[in-house]
Amino acid sequence: MTVTQTDTKSDADAPAPVEKEHLRRLLATGERPAAPSAFTSAQVFAWRSMLKIKHVPEQLFDILLFPIMMLLMFTYLFGGAIAGGTVDYLQFLLPGIMVMSIVMTTMYTGMSVNIDINKGVSDRFRTLPIWRAAPMVGYLLADLFRYAAAGAIMFGTGMIMGYRPEGGAAGVLLGVALLLVFCFSFSWLWTWLGLITRSEKTVMSISMSIMFPLTFLSNIMVDPSTMPGWLQPVVKNTPISQLVDGVRGLFDGNVDSGSVLTTLIWSGGFIAVFGFLTIRAYNRK
Amino acid sequence: MSQRDLAIRAEGLVKHFKDVKAVDGVDLEVPAGTVYGVLGPNGAGKTTTVRMLATLLRPDAGSATVFGRDLIADAAAVRSQVSLTGQYASLDEDLTGVENLILLSRLYGYAKPAARERAADLLEAFGLSHAAGKQVKAYSGGMRRRLDIAASIIVTPKLLFLDEPTTGLDPRSRNQVWEVVRTIVAEGTTVLLTTQYLEEADQLASRIAVIDTGRVIAEGTPGQLKSSVGAGSIRVRLHHADQRDHAQAVLAGALGADVELDDDPVSVTARLAPGEDTAAQGSQALGELARAGILVDDFSLGQPSLDEVFLALTNRVQA
Repeated sequence: MTVTQTDTKSDADAPAPVEKEHLRRLLATGERPAAPSAFTSAQVFAWRSMLKIKHVPEQLFDILLFPIMMLLMFTYLFGGAIAGGTVDYLQFLLPGIMVMSIVMTTMYTGMSVNIDINKGVSDRFRTLPIWRAAPMVGYLLADLFRYAAAGAIMFGTGMIMGYRPEGGAAGVLLGVALLLVFCFSFSWLWTWLGLITRSEKTVMSISMSIMFPLTFLSNIMVDPSTMPGWLQPVVKNTPISQLVDGVRGLFDGNVDSGSVLTTLIWSGGFIAVFGFLTIRAYNRK
Repeated sequence: MSQRDLAIRAEGLVKHFKDVKAVDGVDLEVPAGTVYGVLGPNGAGKTTTVRMLATLLRPDAGSATVFGRDLIADAAAVRSQVSLTGQYASLDEDLTGVENLILLSRLYGYAKPAARERAADLLEAFGLSHAAGKQVKAYSGGMRRRLDIAASIIVTPKLLFLDEPTTGLDPRSRNQVWEVVRTIVAEGTTVLLTTQYLEEADQLASRIAVIDTGRVIAEGTPGQLKSSVGAGSIRVRLHHADQRDHAQAVLAGALGADVELDDDPVSVTARLAPGEDTAAQGSQALGELARAGILVDDFSLGQPSLDEVFLALTNRVQA
């Protein structure tokens, strides 16, 4: 009988034994640093989101690619039919389509919040002595980075396609800033939804059914004056239309301060109402 | 016991989910500086109780204090004294081990360099330095559990909740977790541990509450719980199966106790009356068997196991 000797490999992944003495020393330090400020804790959560982007870079793909696709498709498919030429249409479309694609990506925040809640990690966060809104604000801060990146990519693509902003660099920066303020505020709707719904799929389907009518019933693709008379006042006064008016005006250098002011009021309203509902839902979980 | 020596005092905690009474009037008094075991089968209400005490769930009725601070009115003060290692790892799986610990150290208020140092120290103490840069989703169950406990002691808590810390772990990882728990308690932290393993409660806890269907059905030291179901037993395994009836008669005569024939065809078990000295009775029984010419292969003295206690208690509730 032959005996085959198998080499037993030691498992490289097996953890080393716990070092009791070391552990004892760590426990005994009894250090208790002062709780972090609201700003620091939100910043730490934003850092967490950035780390997630680092580890799962695929998640940037749709956020960066989707806007370019939207811009190309709408310009070259509808430009001729709607404005009689792609160059003129691009000039009209770019600010609006930028608003549309970026506001649409805000709904991912709700899904991230929901995924956290359904995993154990949010239990850990909720037993920490930190500002209760910090996890959500952290997400939104990191999202601003993604929105700014998406905005820059769309603007760059637009410039290559022939877009020229009459408002100059200052107008463009102010326009993007207005868009980011709105996105930050509007996202509280999604954080609330993420907290009160059962699964990320539900979050997705509810967000879609809010976003689609809200973005299409607007002045993004077409001038509302071409719509039936009864529809015009509705379309002109949605928060998205007001935002598009503001951004478009800033980009074009002929801004109407009314639309900027209305957008800021809407933003304040979103934070007040849905920020309150979010924190209440978070505390009650 | 004075209020000050109690880590937890809970009275009549109730939590309903729709029609299900998950927790139906739980009272607990957990002395500070000990391991307190909450023992019960799946679905008994252990996790819900812990989640209420850790401020994650608001009780529907009842009240509780943690080191004298009210659970509901003073939740922030409670949070600053407790930490929780949940049943499912409370970690961010996308992040690496070291990133998780830095993240949480920062949230406990450590500045960046101090947070890095604390994270590295904890990883080393828990034998995880080699996996520091790996995403947690690639960790084994035992490693995750360790990282989770490490995260719970970033700032040494006064009270640590461990919800089923060894469920699903292999024996070696389980022993390591037990060692960690003993070390943590030795340094003065109170530990409330839930478990469905009686051996675990017996090994670690100085007091145990047995929970079933949302209520505490028994409470006491492991010894008290055992003696509540009866005294010890003497089990004898014979060399010859045909001597069993003889052995039964000899033991019954010598001990004056009930002697049962076991399922195993070569063994008998004598149940001692409460208050008997198990050791003296055992020596006597062994002598009598030898004198009667009965050959003994194996002989054991035992207290009732917690398994027996548990089954006896839960049956009583159902009856």
